[in-house]
Amino acid sequence: MPDDPNAFQTALTLILGRDPDLIGIVALSLQVSLSAVVIAALIALPLGAALALWRFPGRGAVIVILNALMGLPPVVAGLAVYLLLSRAGPLGEFGLLFTPGAMVIAQVILVLPIIAALTRQQVEELHDEYREQLASMGVSRVRRIPTLLWDARFGLTTVMLAGFGRASAEVGAVMIVGGNIDGVTRVMTTAIVLETSKGNLPLALGLGIVLLGLVALVNAGAYLVGETSRRRLG
Amino acid sequence: MNDMTTRPVIDVPALKLQGVTFTHRGQRLLAPLDLHLSGCRRTLVMGPNGAGKSLLMRLAHGLLTPSAGKIHWQGRPPRQAMVSQRPVLLRRSALANLTYALAVSGAPRPNRKARAREALERFGLAALEKRPARVLSGGEQQRLALARAWLVEPEVLFLDEPTAALDPAAIQAVEAAVHDFHRRGTRIVMTTHDLQQARRLADDIVLLYGGRLVEHSPAETFFTAPASAEARAFIQGELVW
Repeated sequence: MPDDPNAFQTALTLILGRDPDLIGIVALSLQVSLSAVVIAALIALPLGAALALWRFPGRGAVIVILNALMGLPPVVAGLAVYLLLSRAGPLGEFGLLFTPGAMVIAQVILVLPIIAALTRQQVEELHDEYREQLASMGVSRVRRIPTLLWDARFGLTTVMLAGFGRASAEVGAVMIVGGNIDGVTRVMTTAIVLETSKGNLPLALGLGIVLLGLVALVNAGAYLVGETSRRRLG
Repeated sequence: MNDMTTRPVIDVPALKLQGVTFTHRGQRLLAPLDLHLSGCRRTLVMGPNGAGKSLLMRLAHGLLTPSAGKIHWQGRPPRQAMVSQRPVLLRRSALANLTYALAVSGAPRPNRKARAREALERFGLAALEKRPARVLSGGEQQRLALARAWLVEPEVLFLDEPTAALDPAAIQAVEAAVHDFHRRGTRIVMTTHDLQQARRLADDIVLLYGGRLVEHSPAETFFTAPASAEARAFIQGELVW
């Protein structure tokens, strides 16, 4: 518990007073994590679906690796991206290190395996049900990818949320590749770490509350969308 | 609604099964089986549960590959569709299920919706076009599956116990649809447990028992002078399956 009894109160004042520093940090956090989830989804949804539909040698190994990568420690992902983007690294010439772009790349690496692995599971299950009908209608395998992704859309919304949760909550990767530069790469989680170590508990707590609130909000929204469409679509 | 175009009967390629067997996990589910289906006839496949009726349908439709033997269409493979007891409908609206089938069969986009609505109308589903297919009643789902097959204009239609779980009114609707398909020049291959239904619909009967083809004869012959002891017992409802 914070030793300052007014920490909560100060936190609420910061939030309600729309403190510009706070808003900047929250906005950047959302921008980075949402971009990461969208980019990861664009790759991982078709990838997961393809993995569900095609049988090839080594498929089992790919699935195991993908599942294992769901638990990839953020600091390891951050370190890998750091090495890639650092001045001497293979992608150093782009000068991305310590920019929001680098943070997006790191979070894409963290989120992509989650979305791909869970999509693979859900699509495979749905395909077991649809297989005969789709074969009967002569639907090609490539064509089945958008069909199954669309028909699994409710489950996949939850999958994307899991990805967003991972991205917005992690601190290790964005800290390493972003550097927590004030006004440039400072996001909620890195700011919380910094402010806590500085003893500025009200700001840390305020950020924590906002972070929690945002995650809850996104989840509530997706739950509502899912429930209403599930009830409507059966 | 009277736009039925009757295709010349000779158009539909004959289906030949030669020595077809199907083995699953070392168990032979279908004995070597020969069957020849031609013309635009209504063939009803009968037999007890586990006789291999559904298996035969799936093999003929190309969903399964036989363990041995040959299945081939003389000439080209025809346009086919299949409707099963519990049809698999997509998690979309009734209309979207039909436009999807049209899209997959290569119909041009501009008139897909109009054609789909026409089919909904024909099968008495016009009021339900926006309804999710999954929340329709069993009879409505079956009619939607038939409408989906209708749009493909199949030359051969496989029906796997399409009326097994339906009430009398819904059964009548399915049988009326079978008539419509047949009048349009579609060959019907259908499984059923219902002797009365077979009498109403069949041009010829295939009787399966324990994975063997026991008898294949015209309906009149099958019901009045069956060749096999199994068929005689079956008709009298005596055969202990």
